[in-house]
Amino acid sequence: MTDQAVDIQLENVTKRYTGTRQAAVEDFSMSIAAGEIVVFVGPSGCGKTTTMKMINRLIEPSSGRITIGGADALSLDPDELRRGIGYAIQQAGLFPHLTVGQNIGMVPGLLGWPKPKTATRVEEMLELVGLDAGEYRDRFPRQLSGGQQQRVGVARALAADPPVLLMDEPFGAVDPITRGNLQDELLSLQSELHKTIVFVTHDFDEAVKLGDRIAVLGPQSSILQFDTPEAILAAPANDTVAGFVGAGASLKQLTLLRVRDIEMDEAETATIDERPEDVRARLTAKNRKYALVLDNRRRPKRWVHIRDLSDRPLGTVGRPVNDLVTKQSTLQDALEAILTEGGFVPVVGTRGEYLGAVGIDTVMDTIRKLREEHDHG
Amino acid sequence: MALWTYVTARWQSLLMDSYLHASAVVQATLLAAVLGVGLGVAVYRSPVGSAVATALTSAILTIPSFALLGLLIPVLGLGVPPTMVALVLYALLPIVRNTVVGLNGIDPAVVDAARGIGMNRLRVLTGVELRLAWPAILAGMRVSTQLLMGVAAIAAYVKGPGLGNLIFSGLSRVGSVNAVDLALVGTVGVIVIALLLDGVYVLVGRLTTSRGIRD
Repeated sequence: MTDQAVDIQLENVTKRYTGTRQAAVEDFSMSIAAGEIVVFVGPSGCGKTTTMKMINRLIEPSSGRITIGGADALSLDPDELRRGIGYAIQQAGLFPHLTVGQNIGMVPGLLGWPKPKTATRVEEMLELVGLDAGEYRDRFPRQLSGGQQQRVGVARALAADPPVLLMDEPFGAVDPITRGNLQDELLSLQSELHKTIVFVTHDFDEAVKLGDRIAVLGPQSSILQFDTPEAILAAPANDTVAGFVGAGASLKQLTLLRVRDIEMDEAETATIDERPEDVRARLTAKNRKYALVLDNRRRPKRWVHIRDLSDRPLGTVGRPVNDLVTKQSTLQDALEAILTEGGFVPVVGTRGEYLGAVGIDTVMDTIRKLREEHDHG
Repeated sequence: MALWTYVTARWQSLLMDSYLHASAVVQATLLAAVLGVGLGVAVYRSPVGSAVATALTSAILTIPSFALLGLLIPVLGLGVPPTMVALVLYALLPIVRNTVVGLNGIDPAVVDAARGIGMNRLRVLTGVELRLAWPAILAGMRVSTQLLMGVAAIAAYVKGPGLGNLIFSGLSRVGSVNAVDLALVGTVGVIVIALLLDGVYVLVGRLTTSRGIRD
């Protein structure tokens, strides 16, 4: 296999264990594009892990066809096949009797890389997952925290630079904060590496965060819906999917959109040394109630109501701006800020300068539009 | 004082008997380790197989050593052959059982990961599973060695080598001069060798167990 990302095709893949009436995985077909993250999400026992493990043949399919980058996976030697596919699992599964460096160097070793090349690679991988090579290379797994073990697990999976990565709930056993960090790191790794990743989880929020596309799976690994996170959140295919998406689908949808994706509102602005009566005149003329007071470098400072405007200077009336968002903020953050600020939140640029504002109506409109798009599309 | 005189006078032959005793026990343990680990590896994936192997080796252990040695005489004659066979048979149970327990105690995630990154069955067994089960296997060998120290003494009954000869000849001459001394020297010798070998096990354990899994 090459360093280029490859696609994965599963055609009518079925797994039937002898002595059971129902197949564990029934007639599963899916096309996974090169370089995308596909997340299998579903309740425990739905067959998502079984399906994933058939890709690297840890579980042999009973029937069907699997191709990876056009090559028939079922005709290759399974051990050879697996050496070309990264594999990261829950609780990392590190070899406790080997050092971190030996763990990461395992696959290159199996592939017969020369020792110096492996050693260099181990250092690169440790740096890649944010662990200092000098400090961690010679430690044993039990001397690491859960999050560090997971990082080493990912480093081991990536060590031989496989084009495909299979991840089975790799962040399932760590605390929520560490999990969030690991997810962010995986996304930033992926933006550099462009692997084809199949990721299994039962956590829908994790799926929304990581997936380019999400496959919601039901019993026997039946595909209930296979689409982008936006589409699934906006229009769940059926009640089961809706149930799995869970409460707060609209809020989750807002995590997928950023302020830069929507059209901003304009707040009525005033500079801090303006005369109050001028501002009042402008507000009256435009039939508005609030003005946003900016300082001399155009940074939002205070909200003033039209009835606050008397002869006192603008810097002393109204109430201070407590919350700001940037164009990179998610709409969920924006909504949170809007609720804090009371209707509108200012959007600022990198130097804190005023760019616009987002109001509650804009957020509502955005959600409505998303729903309509996915209902008709 | 008579005891001390006896020991100094017979120093050479005492040392020889001790050496033979230890050598028989160590060799029997090593042979039993090869057989026992092999048997353990063969059965550990199957609960039925594990139960059968454990039951069989336990059954051997319930045969009184005196009887087993006696029963082996018609088949193997006297001397080293029946001694070694009996010792190996007695050593099997702790080793087989600890091998099975050690292999089954490995975190399935580790084995799954080993397979998943492309190690073949043999490599998973030798490079991961046996390495992780090693402390348990070694503990089994240690128990077997201690067990065999006593059994080997009985082997003098079939003219086997070792310190048992001192004990036996002492006990057969109770009442005569030096009889008690002989039995005592033989018994103490067994205890001393047992302690020495136990020390060797601690050392071997230290040297052969990865720091990553040592207690």
